[in-house]
Order: sequence, then C-alpha cells, then structure tokens
Amino acid sequence: MSQALMNYLFIGLSFALYIVIAIRSRAGSTKEFYVAGGGVSPLANGMATAADWMSAATFISMAGTVAISGYDGSRFLMGWTGGFVLLTVLMVPYLRKFGKATVPDFIGDRYYSRGARAIAVVCALFICMTYIMGQMRGVGVVFSQLFGISVSAGVLIGAAIVFFYAGLGGMKGITYTQVAQYLVMAFAYTVPALFIAFMLTGDVLPQVGLVGETVDGAPFLDKLNAINRELGFAEYTAGKLSKLNMFCITAALMCGTAGLPHVIVRYFTVKNVKAVRVSAAWTLLFIAVIYLTAPAVGAFARVQLIEALNETAQADLPAWFSAFEATGQMSWEDVNGDGRVQYRGPESDEANELVFGTDMMVMANPYMAGLPMWATALLMAGCIAAALSTAAGLLLVLSTSIAHDLMKKIVKPTLSDREEVRWARFASFGALVVATYFGINPPSAFIAKTVAFAFGLAASSFFPTLLMGIFSKRMNRAGGMAGMSVGLLFTFSYIVYFQFLGGTAAEYWWGITPEGIGFVGMLLNFAVAFAVCFFTAPPPATVVEMVERIRLPEESG
Amino acid sequence: MESKKSRSYYRAALRLLAGVLVVWFGVSFGCSILLREWLDANAPTVGNAPFGFWMAQQGSIIGFVILLAVYAWGMSRIENRFRSEKEGE
Repeated sequence: MSQALMNYLFIGLSFALYIVIAIRSRAGSTKEFYVAGGGVSPLANGMATAADWMSAATFISMAGTVAISGYDGSRFLMGWTGGFVLLTVLMVPYLRKFGKATVPDFIGDRYYSRGARAIAVVCALFICMTYIMGQMRGVGVVFSQLFGISVSAGVLIGAAIVFFYAGLGGMKGITYTQVAQYLVMAFAYTVPALFIAFMLTGDVLPQVGLVGETVDGAPFLDKLNAINRELGFAEYTAGKLSKLNMFCITAALMCGTAGLPHVIVRYFTVKNVKAVRVSAAWTLLFIAVIYLTAPAVGAFARVQLIEALNETAQADLPAWFSAFEATGQMSWEDVNGDGRVQYRGPESDEANELVFGTDMMVMANPYMAGLPMWATALLMAGCIAAALSTAAGLLLVLSTSIAHDLMKKIVKPTLSDREEVRWARFASFGALVVATYFGINPPSAFIAKTVAFAFGLAASSFFPTLLMGIFSKRMNRAGGMAGMSVGLLFTFSYIVYFQFLGGTAAEYWWGITPEGIGFVGMLLNFAVAFAVCFFTAPPPATVVEMVERIRLPEESG
Repeated sequence: MESKKSRSYYRAALRLLAGVLVVWFGVSFGCSILLREWLDANAPTVGNAPFGFWMAQQGSIIGFVILLAVYAWGMSRIENRFRSEKEGE
C-alpha cells in the first residue's frame, strides 16, 4: 500500500466518523443550536473543548516553536494552559450561573448598556475572525499536500466540510464531533512520540525521555545544549527573552485565553455550575496530554534533524529531505560551496545554509525516526481534526454573535426563535465565505501577526471587563466602558504600530514586544475603570442584585 | 444579599480562589520565570533537567491540572456545606 493510499484511508475513515456523528446529533431548537441543549456530560464537554482549543497551529507548530526557542517556548506552554486555570476559577462558573448564551450578553446586561454590548460584539467578531482565517489556511495546506491539489482548492474542500456540520448540527453536532476529533488528535500526537522517545532514549514516555539519558548514556538535555552551543544557538535550557518581556507575554497569553469568547461559551453546554468545574478540569487534563508531549517531541526532533542533516553531503541526504524541500517547508542553499549542509545559529561565524519552518518538525518526525507509513497518515488525520474542530467552534460563535447579539439584541429585538436560527445559519455561511477568501488569499505575514492581536485584545478587553463585572459590585457602566475602550485602543495601537506601520524593536516600551503588550493594556483597563468608577454614580440596584445572584450556588443540587 | 450564610459561602469561595491563584502564580511566574535562574542553580534537578527549566516546560502544566482538580473538589464541598446549612434552617 502506498503512502498516499494510506493517508486517504485514515482521513476518509475519520471523516466518515465525524459526518455520522454530525447527522445523528442534529439541532432542533435554538437552545440546541447554541448550547447543545445544556445536556452534555462534563467528560465529553472537556474533550470537545480540548479539541476546540487546540488549533492546527498548536498541533503542527507548537513542538517546532519550542524546539527552536527552547526555554523561551515555555511562554506558549504555560500561557495556553495557565490561562485555563484563570478561565475556570474566575470566569466560567459565574458566567454559567448568569445563564445567558453569550459573552456580549453578560457584558450588555452587567453594564446595562447597548454601547458596551456593541463593543463586546465587535471584539468577539474580530477575535474569532482572525482565528478562523488561520484555521482555513491550515486545512488548505494539509489538503493540498494530501491530494496534490492547489492550496486554494484545499481551502474550498475544507470550507465545504466545516459548513456542512457547523451549519447543520449547531453546538450539539459540533460537540460530539469534537469528542471524536480529540481522540484522533491525541492518538496521532502521542503514538509517534512514544516510538521516537523509545528509539532515542530507551524510555517509552517522552516526558521521561526528555529528562533522561540517550541510548548511548549521555544526559539528553546536555547533548542538546552541546549541539546548540556548537552550532551557535543559545543553550536550549537558557532563554534569550528578557525576564520582563517573558513575564508580559506569558501573562497576556494567559489572560487572553481566559477572555476568549469561543472558549468561554463552551462551558454553557453543560448541565450546571458544578459540571462546569469538573468539565474544565477534564479539559485541562486532555490539553496537558498534548502540551506535556510537545516539548519532548520538539527537543527530540531537533536532535534528530540536526544529526540527519548537518554536515551531510548532498548525495547522502535522506529521501524525506527532498519531499519537504518540494513543498517549500525546507530549503538548503550551499553558501560556501562545499556540497554539504551547514546548519548554524546566529552566534556562529559560519553562514547558515538550512532554513525550515516550525510546522515541519511534527510532520517530519515519523520520517526522521523511520516510523511506518501509518504514523504519517495518522498525523495528517490528526492535523485535519485539529483544524476542523477549531474552525467549526469558531464559526458557531461567530454566527451566534451575529444572529443573537447583533441582530436580536441590537438591530431587531422582535426576531423570533426560528428567524434567529435562520440568521445564525446565514451568518455562519457569510463568515465562512470571508474566512475562505482570506484562507485562499492570505495577507501572508498577517495571519501569524494576528495571533498577537487576538490574545492581546482578549486580554485587554474581555478579561478585565468580565472580571470586574463579576467581582466588583461597585463597578458601573462609565467605568466598565472607559476601561474597555482605553485598554482596547492602547493595545490595538501598539500592535498596529509595531506590526504594520514599521515600528522597530528599539522603540519598544520597556522592551515589551507586541505579543506581550496585552498585559499592559489590561493593567490600563483596570486602572482607568476604577478611576472613572470612583467619580461616577454606583450601578442600579437590579445590577447589584444580579452580581450577588451569580456568586451564589444554584438552588438545587 | 439574603443572609449571613450566603456571605460566608462567598467568603469561603474567595478563600479557595485566593489559594488557587497563589499556587497558580507560584508555579508559573514564580518558579518558571522570576526565580528560574536561582532554582536552576540551587534546586535539585528533575532527572537531568534544571529545576526552573523543568517547571517552565512540564512542572507548571502538571501543577495547573492538579489545581483545577482540587478547585472542583473544594468548591463542591463548600457548596454542599452551604446547602445542608440552608436545609437545617
């Protein structure tokens, strides 16, 4: 059986599974469409949320990013898991108790203001849009490798599939499909890692192998550090980012995670607040399975890649090298003309000749380790599962934001239930068309840069505003809106200036990169909100009652 | 707010919350960023990995998972106590 056939088989089987699930759990009512009828078990919801949360970018590039930046890569590992702690203890139990379907709903009611609701809707749309663009592109890239078609055609195929089950099944269909997708992802990520860990270090668990010895007896991390030193990179276990910057980026990613509307809304699908907490704990456990494997996978891949390619003569290069060269994920230019590949870091005197993207590490791992074909096929299926599950979840939040928050609550309050679902389906189609367009014509560097945007904006707008709304009874409309506007505007301007208007690294404030500025925006939001709130009238009694109510446990067990 | 019991429930919930946040900050920002160099040099290694580095790449994540499990368990306990006190009235 050829590799291509094997890929088709694995992906075809996984797809058949998703489609059967989507059809069997079709949505009938608005409630089922938005929050799956509120009856999903904590374990299933935890798995689905984990699949929703882990995007194609996480699945393919995170290990590669850690492999290249070593200790500095921890900001993503900690940021995206630590954010879940904040989300669980500060946000979701209270928002779930509040009992409405969306995050702008809460902000609109808590700050008794249509203006605040409108700002929240715009933010939610923007955050989801930036996210989904990257997902569609990811799906397109995998499909194009798979079928040997153009990326554009790949994006179109992916879009058709996402539309089919997001539009049809609503939250219920998506949730149960995502459970299956999580299982495919976790299996695809960990199984090759187990084999590689065993081959390289003699330990089956990658996490043990990372801190253990290689098969020839030397400590693995010492070997990796030695390789990095020799080739002119910073030591793997040391970092290059300044402590303040590292702190700010990690904090921005964490607070951003806790403010992402498409993650918060996941917990509205379980039965009660107690189930929310259990579900969140499951989610983090399922995410941790992959996040704990990623640094090990990255480190192993780095050693294997360098050992296979560095100082290798052209004739001896492994077969997979040319495969990745053909797709443009790897390139070699023989600068010094000696016919051998030299891979060098920024601190080396010699010229670097090898360039590769962060997303090839995971994909190349099975080849480098000489694993059989099914490992690669499994990875492809896993990657598509990651992209589709995230895209579908985002699409649903987008359509809810447009149909519910924008049309029903702001434009036309008389909308009936049925009309609302129709609007939601229509909106998800519209959003998908836009996302597909940007997936086919990516403002290339734009997508990578917008990640800073999504987290920065969530950290400086949603997170502090929700937090004050829940934990401060005194916070009023003027304070909330002033804080949200200042935090947003500041973060937005800083990122736009440095990412799009040509600001240079020398101009960074206190050396903080745009990735981490959301944290400063958040502090500003808090400061402005409390200052304005202090000088204006307290919120009406009904709002204070609402805040008191969401802090208490539910009536029945 | 209806009663003293509601207030004591909320206070207990905040205490647990504060505890969770202290550990959360400690394992991530504390051990993995602010005190990393010192821990790398002075704390016992985990396998062959310096302690601060290991916390940043593995330990903090394991800590987060444990935290959420403890939080879910602790909150249920606080809630159950609140409910049984209410029924006892």
